[in-house]
Amino acid sequence: MFRNQYDSDVTVWSPAGRLHQVEYAMEAVKQGSATVGVKSNTHAVIVALKRAASDLAAHQKKIIPVDEHMGVSISGLTADARLMVRWMRMECLNHKYADDVPLPVGRLMSQLGNKMQMSTQRYDRRPYGVGLLVIGYDTQGPHLYQTCPSANYYDCKAMAIGARSQSARTYLEKHLDTFSSSNLQELVAHALRALRDTLPAEMELNNKVISCFSCTMKMKHFYFAETNSIIWHFPL
Amino acid sequence: MANAQGPSFERFSTSIPTMPSAAALGPMKRTQTPVSTGTSVLGLRYDGGIVLAADTLASYGSLLRYRDCTRLHKVNDNTVIACMGDYADFQYLLSIIEQKAITEDCMDDGFNITARSLHSWLTRVLYNKRCKFDPLWTTFLVAGSDMDDDGQKTEFLGYVDKLGTAYKDGIIATGYGSMLATPLMREAVEAKTKDGGQLTEQDAINVINDCMKILYYRDARAHFRYEIAVIPTTGSARIEAPVEVKGDWQVAHLIRGYE
Repeated sequence: MFRNQYDSDVTVWSPAGRLHQVEYAMEAVKQGSATVGVKSNTHAVIVALKRAASDLAAHQKKIIPVDEHMGVSISGLTADARLMVRWMRMECLNHKYADDVPLPVGRLMSQLGNKMQMSTQRYDRRPYGVGLLVIGYDTQGPHLYQTCPSANYYDCKAMAIGARSQSARTYLEKHLDTFSSSNLQELVAHALRALRDTLPAEMELNNKVISCFSCTMKMKHFYFAETNSIIWHFPL
Repeated sequence: MANAQGPSFERFSTSIPTMPSAAALGPMKRTQTPVSTGTSVLGLRYDGGIVLAADTLASYGSLLRYRDCTRLHKVNDNTVIACMGDYADFQYLLSIIEQKAITEDCMDDGFNITARSLHSWLTRVLYNKRCKFDPLWTTFLVAGSDMDDDGQKTEFLGYVDKLGTAYKDGIIATGYGSMLATPLMREAVEAKTKDGGQLTEQDAINVINDCMKILYYRDARAHFRYEIAVIPTTGSARIEAPVEVKGDWQVAHLIRGYE
């Protein structure tokens, strides 16, 4: 493994101006199975490959609903993600209770960014070892955000994170112009094709377990499926 | 003589304490009764907006103590609140609401608090305070816009009082106004809309003006100077310059028995 004398603590800079612990945390995201997010003018979709920890275990949960208008897919340390999602759910519930409207997605992301930043600057903490794709819908339309352990977050048109996700990003970049006008079916098909590109050449998506979540114009009508039956609904 | 340091009889009392004594609570920190108060506020929905009205008086008991206190506040371009009750509690809540509005402006993300959200928030705050037996002695009307299921903007007019009781309606008056002005407003709206007619902004202002005049005559805590706020669903809310009721007291000498 990489070794140098500046990587033992998040609060220690390397002379080159890098925080090695934060960069190592970024690597954790690439260990998780791939997940892809896409949005159009009316919808946002995330799909994810579900992996089992062993043949004896059930598949790991990859997509977690946060609120009626929001959901996340995760790559990296599942335990960290569950903690973050629990916090996001509380924020959404509190906002709904106080203000009687769903929390705007961008508001939650900036709060989440601040929360994640704290652990990159304190000697008694470690960065979160998980990347998220967050989709949601509010009065300004559909949103797709990516978060990193470095506490950066990005407002995206399309994004893929996780193992071998570069191939998926290549696909997304190639078809970027078609997304905005796509309907839900086309959007899911794009996301699944991008996800397929992360698999080794000899594997087929049909045999994998996939999770899908979409946020639509009417906030409450989201589509949530956790089986590979979505392949039937959305032929590639 | 009993030893001052020895055990007191209090200590062996058999009564079960249910509430901390006044001494244990220390000095009272806030008013639990209103001091300087405003009287009724009125709210009326017309086709495409809301009209609010409140006079500019803060009474000290029956004394006309402060005669130039605005009880309407524009929270943002689309939301106005009006307050009846303790003026100090109104100012206290106003400072929090203003800070909320500033914080939101600084976010600069295109979201502004709506009347519906502010109404909900006020309900939570007032109910929370009353649960501590320390209510904020106020009644609020919140006027502005809401979003229907199709994402279309609609008018919003909501009521919330010091107990956290909250509702929304097209015609709301608080205090004496609920007895004197609501029937007048209902009658006027029904007369205008019964044949599928529309209540225009000017119609609503006229109705409100009539009601404020009646309230000035019959409510001893009302004042001749009052303000009107117009909150169109699309476009900017405005609080008009104060207007005055020209009272006609010629019949006053006919009234007997109240001297």
